[in-house]
This record gives sequence, C-alpha cells and structure tokens, in this order.
Amino acid sequence: MPIKSLDELIKIRESAMKKVNLRESGEDAEPMIELMVGMATCGIAAGARATLTALLDEIEAQSLENIRVVQVGCLGYCHSEPIVQVNMPGEEPMIYGNVDEKRAREIIQKHIIEKKFLDSAILNKTYNKA
Amino acid sequence: MDGVRSHIMVCGGTGCISAGAEDIIDALKAELDKVEYDQEVNVIRTGCFGFCGQGPVVKIHPDNVFYVKVKKEDAAEIVNEHIVKGRPVSRLLYTDPESNKKLDKHHQMSFYQKQYRIALRNCGLINPDDVYEYIAFRGYEALATVLQEQTPLQVIEVIKKAGLRGRGGGGFPTGLKWELTLKSPGAEKYIICNADEGDPGAFMDRSILEGDPHSVIEAMAIGAYATGSNKGIVYIRAEYPLAIKRLQTAIGQARELGFLGKDIFNSGFCFDIEVKLGAGAFVCGEETALIQSVEGSRGEPVRKPPFPSESGYLGKPTTVNNVETFANIPPIILKGADWFSGIGTENSKGTKVFALAGNVKNVGLVEVPMGTTLREIIFDIGGGIVGNKGFKAVQTGGPSGGVITSADLDTPIDYESLKNIGSMMGSGGMIVMDDETCMVNIAKFYLGFTQDESCGKCTPCRIGTKRMYEILDNITKGKGTEEDLAHLEELAPMIKDAALCGLGQTAPNPVLSTLEYFRNEYEDHVLHKYCTAGECKALAKYSIDPEKCIGCTLCAKACPVHCIQGAVKQIHVIDPAKCISCGVCARACKFDAVIKP
Repeated sequence: MPIKSLDELIKIRESAMKKVNLRESGEDAEPMIELMVGMATCGIAAGARATLTALLDEIEAQSLENIRVVQVGCLGYCHSEPIVQVNMPGEEPMIYGNVDEKRAREIIQKHIIEKKFLDSAILNKTYNKA
Repeated sequence: MDGVRSHIMVCGGTGCISAGAEDIIDALKAELDKVEYDQEVNVIRTGCFGFCGQGPVVKIHPDNVFYVKVKKEDAAEIVNEHIVKGRPVSRLLYTDPESNKKLDKHHQMSFYQKQYRIALRNCGLINPDDVYEYIAFRGYEALATVLQEQTPLQVIEVIKKAGLRGRGGGGFPTGLKWELTLKSPGAEKYIICNADEGDPGAFMDRSILEGDPHSVIEAMAIGAYATGSNKGIVYIRAEYPLAIKRLQTAIGQARELGFLGKDIFNSGFCFDIEVKLGAGAFVCGEETALIQSVEGSRGEPVRKPPFPSESGYLGKPTTVNNVETFANIPPIILKGADWFSGIGTENSKGTKVFALAGNVKNVGLVEVPMGTTLREIIFDIGGGIVGNKGFKAVQTGGPSGGVITSADLDTPIDYESLKNIGSMMGSGGMIVMDDETCMVNIAKFYLGFTQDESCGKCTPCRIGTKRMYEILDNITKGKGTEEDLAHLEELAPMIKDAALCGLGQTAPNPVLSTLEYFRNEYEDHVLHKYCTAGECKALAKYSIDPEKCIGCTLCAKACPVHCIQGAVKQIHVIDPAKCISCGVCARACKFDAVIKP
C-alpha cells in the first residue's frame, strides 16, 4: 500500500526499527543497559533459554530502548542458575540468581524501570577479577 | 515465541559471495534449525562490509562480534558455541597484524577506525532486499521532507551549500549541475544514474547498488524533483548481475510503497525509474557516450557543448550523476548542508569511497573524509604492503590517472591536490604497487586498456594510443631506443589536446606520470636492457653466484633449454644468450645461488 505522508512513513519506520534495533549496538555513543544471561551448559540445563526469551519479550512489551540482552558463558554460580547480570551504565553490576521467566519479567519491571532491586534474588559476588 | 534475539549478518557482496557466502548462509540456517533456534535468530544477507580481503565476513548482533574468513564448515561451531552458549569463536576473529591480538569488535580494527561512512552507511548494516530495513534507518525520509516542505530551488541550494561534487571522477559541483538542468527550457527532462563503472579495480558503485539500492532510488527521485524531471534511467553494466537484480527488486518495492510512481507523498510529483543495461564499454561511462548508448546508438561520445543539461537524452535536458554521488544525497538532506560541508577539505567536502586493491594487505572498500592522506589509507587502513615488501607507488584515477610515489604519500587527498601531483581522483580505484612492480609494464597495461576501450571515433585516440602501446611494448621487450622516449613525450600532449572525449584526453596520463617519476626505469629498459623489478621477462637474465654454487647440477638438469654449463662439483654458468628467463633454475637451486635478474 502506498505511503502518502511523512507522518505515515515515520509510523512505519518506528515499527520497522523494532526489527533492527539490536543492530545499533556498539554503533552509537549513548550508554546502554546490558543484561547478561549465563548460557553455559549449566545455565541452559536450568532453563536459561526461557529466561532469555522472557527478557526479550518483556523489553519489547515495555518498548524499552537502549537496552540489549547478551548471552555469556558460565558466571560461576552454577548452584543458582539461571543467572542474569544487570549492567546499568555507571553502576556496579548486579547479579541475580534463580531467574525463571517470572523473575526475568520482574527484573525488567522493578530493576530497570522502577530502579528497585529484587533483594531476595541478589547473589553476592564471590570473586575478584584480574 | 516471537522475540528475535540475535541477527547473524552475512556479507552478500560479490566478493564474499564468490568466496562462498551463500553456502555459509544455508549452513547457518541448517544449524539453527537443528538446535531449534531458527525462530529467534535471523540470518540476514547484507551488502558489502568493505573488508573484502578478509571475506567472507560474518557479524553477529547484538554482541557486535565480527568474524572473518568464515567457511561453511564453521557454521556449526558459530551456532553451537556463539549462539547457543554465548562464547565467541576466537579462531575466526580478526588478528591485528601489529599487536597479534584477536579483535572481536569491528571498530577496534584499524581498517575501520579511520573510516567515516556516508555513502556506504547502510552497506553491511541492512538487508538490501528489504525496503523496511532501509526505512528503519531513515530511508525515504529525505524524499518525503523534500516533497512536502521544499521547492526544487531550495533543494538545489542545500546541495550547493553542502559542496557535494561529482564522485564519478570529474568533481563537477552537483548542485550546479542540477540547477543548469532545472533552468534549461522544456517540460520534458531526464535524470540518469551512471552505474557504468569501468575503471580496472574499481567496485564502489557496484557495492553501493548491491548493499543499499534504495539510497540511490531515493536520491534519484530527489534529484528528479529538483531538476524538474519525471523519468529516471539507471545505466548499469550487464556484468553486474547481482547489482541489477537487487536494484530491480528495490525498484519494485519502491513502486509498491508509492516512493516511485504517480503523486508521490501526495505532492503531485510523478517519477519512475527504468534500468538500462550497458554492454560494458569503458567509454560509455563518459556522459555523452552513455546517452548515445541509452538511446540505442553506438556508445560514442559527441562534442560538448551542448552539455547534457541543455540537450541530453532524446535532445532533452538531462542530468547525469554517478552512483556514489547519489548515495550522498539523502544524508545531506536529513542532516543538513552544514553537517556535510563540515567534513573534508576547503574545496572538497564530504567523504570519498576508494576501492583498495593491488599489493596491499587489506584489499577492500574504504570510505574516508576528504583530506585523509594516502599514507593513512594504504598503511593504517590498508595495513601496508603484502609480504612486507617496499612501497613503490599507488595509481589513482584508473587509466585516466597517474602514479603517486612515496614522496607524496602525506598529501591530503582531494580533487585539487591529486591533480597537482599528476594524478586525479577518478572514480576511486586505488591500486597499490610494491617495489617489484615494473612501471613501464604498468603504463603498458593501462595503455592496453585504453587502446582496447577506445571507441575509434577520433583519430588521436584510436591511432595515438595504439602507437603509444606499441612503443611501450617494444621497450618492455628490450627493443626500445632513446628516441622512443622522445616519441612518447611528443605523442602524449598531442593526444591529450586533440582527442574528443575524456577517455582520449586522459589516456596518456599513466605514461606521462610514470615517465616523470620513474624515468630511470625507462632508461634502464632502453639503455641497459635491464628491468629493475625483474618483471619484463624479455629483459630478465639469470646468473649464478660462484660463491654459493656447490656444483650439485640440479639447475642444469632443470633448465628446459639446456643453457647451464658445468659438471658435478664445478661452478655452473648460465649462457645469457640462450636463457629464456623462465626462472626454473632459481626454483631448483637449494643453495640460493641463482641470482634473479
């Protein structure tokens, strides 16, 4: 169907952007929120994939921008998999354990949007990095 | 589950496709199917990333990891390790040649660090077959803005103020060209996109059409509106099948969404584009010859004036712009003339795409701001000379340009500076030569090319280039005399002055510039029958170092013409009169005793 005005074009652009948003990573100067999902064997076995897809789904549902979800290897907390680490620009990273689908959505709602921590799910960092 | 969490971008430029990119796409899809990730990970075929020397290239979003030299056998590992477990496959990462470190992000690589992509902005970022991806990156917004808010004269004013100049080689101000067409009387006008890229080693226009065809379509529509035209023609060489296919797909999509056709954006403006295939004659890149060819006549140039802006296609006012010029238009409209004119040098604004080829490590497509030095392009972006040999010269401007030596490597590149050092911008081919390149041979190669491509209409070009080629051929065969050099210098200005079109007027340039900077090589060929670079087979003579020869007889056995004398444990000697300079003895010798010419 023909597009007949700039406004119409911009509307179509907005929906088209959802599809390509994740390609903007690393290209722009704005700091991004990063959600790291531990997806080593232990994480996958504990259901990290469902966690990951729930995070993506919630981000889309809330139309959040400047946020990306990346999968990483084992974070070392196999006892509490699935693990999600939240990196907010300029803040200490926060690590959450036992993140099932429900808790994943909570992370988005509480931590990212309301800026409140999910106290019951926080894991203490047990090591220092070189 | 409908959330896509990762995009695997596979380069679909001609370079990577011929290196097997299509197989990689199929293999990746098959592997994703196997692990049932096909719904959440998309495999996307994009345009050229530019890093052709390291192709096929695969980039993974959102992790922003850049893989090089990928083979279809690597697909399983990429999927199982990177996609499933989040662990980048380090053996496929690019190794920085200086620090020897593996780099995973493309912006860490020196190849990309100094580049600034305007014309290539979407190449490697979007799927060229999907118009919505182009729209997502502000596609057709410039056209909509222009049609709804600006008059043709206002558009021309923006382009003039931006200082955009023709990227096909001549460097004529684009805004002025548009203005001339707009002001020419007549209701019927045309706009033509020159995609007849013919310089040896140049592939920037092809890559833009393959990677971002909509940017050219959008810009043509803007240009048509500004010049008062309703019909556009893309003249593209038939040797670019992939670019043609993607362009035609894009034109179809643009028509469906109303970016081409009648009453575009409810403005009353009508415009459509037709694709014309050229048979691949170099001279058809010259605008008058191009118009002749579009009209169905022989591709021969005609005298200017009248210029095409007054009397072009079918005798009507016509604008002819190059692909890369067009690709710059939408960003100028969206970001403004001041943004564009803030990039580059005083008289050359914006960026230029170069096709980096020859004896350089990182062969590929680079886009740099005007004013970048050749040293930065060849050594920082290009990574230096293959095999760590010495740098001898770089040829810009293809067969119309000249060579640039190390003395001028620090010249900031723009239209004028290149002319001042005896070369030209041209369409952007950049052929790097190492110290084992014979400059007489290079001149001969280019003359051979122009001689082949001369249309034959005017005598200076038809016969003049032929005579020059013959002289150069004689010199490389050891039959040259000092008089020949004088003849070359006499012929060159005659051809330049008397030829009808740009092809003939610039054809002697490679000879003149090599004569200027490498006269000693010409003299070696003529006076001493000697080719320093060892490239001219007829002049090359092998000899044996008596200090190193132990008399093993291997060379004598290997010699196909039996010109090596000597018995076991005696020093061997080559008879230069019989030697055919095949080099077999040098390869046979285990003691490095054969001295190469």
